[in-house]
Amino acid sequence: MENNKDFVLKVSNLSVRLKDQTILDNVSFELKRGTTLAILGPNGAGKTMLFRTLLNIVPYTGNIEWAEKTKIGYVPQNIAVDEIPISVREFLSFGNHVDVETSLSPVRLDNKNMADKTLSYLSGGELRRVLIAWALADNPNVLLFDEPTTGVDLGSEEPIFVTLKELKEKQKMTLLLITHDIHIVNEYSDYLLALNRCVTFFGESKEIMKPSVQKIIYGEPVCIGALNEER
Amino acid sequence: MIETLILSLLIGVFVGFSAGYLGSIMVLEKMALVGDALSHVALPGLALGILFNFNPFLGAFAFLFASAVIIWHLGRVTKLSFETIVGAMFTLALAIGILIFPEAELLEALFGDIAKVTALDTGVAVVVSIVALFLAKLIYKKLVLSMISEELAVSKGVDVGRINLLYLLLVSVVVAIGIQIVGTLLVGFLVIVPAAAAKNLSADLFKYAILSAIFGATSAFSGILFSSFLNLSPGPLVVISGIIIFVASVVAKWQSQ
Repeated sequence: MENNKDFVLKVSNLSVRLKDQTILDNVSFELKRGTTLAILGPNGAGKTMLFRTLLNIVPYTGNIEWAEKTKIGYVPQNIAVDEIPISVREFLSFGNHVDVETSLSPVRLDNKNMADKTLSYLSGGELRRVLIAWALADNPNVLLFDEPTTGVDLGSEEPIFVTLKELKEKQKMTLLLITHDIHIVNEYSDYLLALNRCVTFFGESKEIMKPSVQKIIYGEPVCIGALNEER
Repeated sequence: MIETLILSLLIGVFVGFSAGYLGSIMVLEKMALVGDALSHVALPGLALGILFNFNPFLGAFAFLFASAVIIWHLGRVTKLSFETIVGAMFTLALAIGILIFPEAELLEALFGDIAKVTALDTGVAVVVSIVALFLAKLIYKKLVLSMISEELAVSKGVDVGRINLLYLLLVSVVVAIGIQIVGTLLVGFLVIVPAAAAKNLSADLFKYAILSAIFGATSAFSGILFSSFLNLSPGPLVVISGIIIFVASVVAKWQSQ
């Protein structure tokens, strides 16, 4: 990795086995600094497990090599806040020494009352943006983002996409996005990793528009109508 | 008599405050029954202290401490919930405790007795409560973060297993010193009900934790005070005081909706 400053992550022969079940099998890929990788695959394909291994939470075999001075921010798919009386301000201060109002600004939640709202009362879109603000508070240079639009209604997706675009284009941040959304893959990512326990496709994201690639990923090409509906 | 009452009230306030504070985590973790059940694990330890003539509360603490470590370890190895493991351990401990406990002293152990409280007991209880509170404050945010998302906590460098163990140990210590006031059967109340009342009235974590602690201290103080005037066991009166606070919190929440 020291000899190649372009790369921020190299994963080789990564496997995860839990209770005699293979969750990830011999996964290998590389990621260039400042690029966005979309990770696509059916439910149970091991996408979130891949993030857990990249965060060093679960035991694995193989090799994960992050470039020096890599600082990772993480936005999980789900968090359990329904039963916890905690304000946005308190949540953002966990593990971070930040000015709360300033940290809400990049995710466009800078109205005055937001910081004192209870986390469990936020809409899906607001909660996702608070999670992004939390992940960004530490000034990471890599962001792992599990399902950017899960639980977010259509009207609330836009600010999340704008934030992603700014992180990518203005801050040159390296992004890894788990998604089911072809629109996100096509619009916001440079590379695509299709996963189904093992890697079924790795290449440039624009390739996803090719029927031959769709056949590899989905078993059959995605109809144009379905793609338009997703948009 | 007055001196004993003052010492008991001091223990009650400090133990109630720290138990309420620690209990606020337990209620969030949906481990309320763990706090209750864990207290019963102390019974065999108390019995051994009485049978072999050493401080029964050292025995109680040893049993609680050992149980906390076993529960934590079994939880990690088996992936069973804390509630399941504690449920199994507490029934075993209660059975052994009842079998070996000298009958004459059983009632006192189950429901508490303030008549024998000494200045040394009070000093130990106050110091232990302050240390437990200080340590709990240090790990409080980390515990809450790990409840919200273990991945988030790990991504911030939190050793989730270790802070859970420390938390269980702190609960063990506070429960052990709370037993002399409220008794082993009812001490779990101090961990659960004040936090449940505070949750009804709180929109943020700071208010929730502080109210839990204040309600714990208030329940213990008023229960001990009334038990002294009425010449009754303190445990049941502490519980009744706390339940009055809880009912008031339910009414306040209902009216604010």
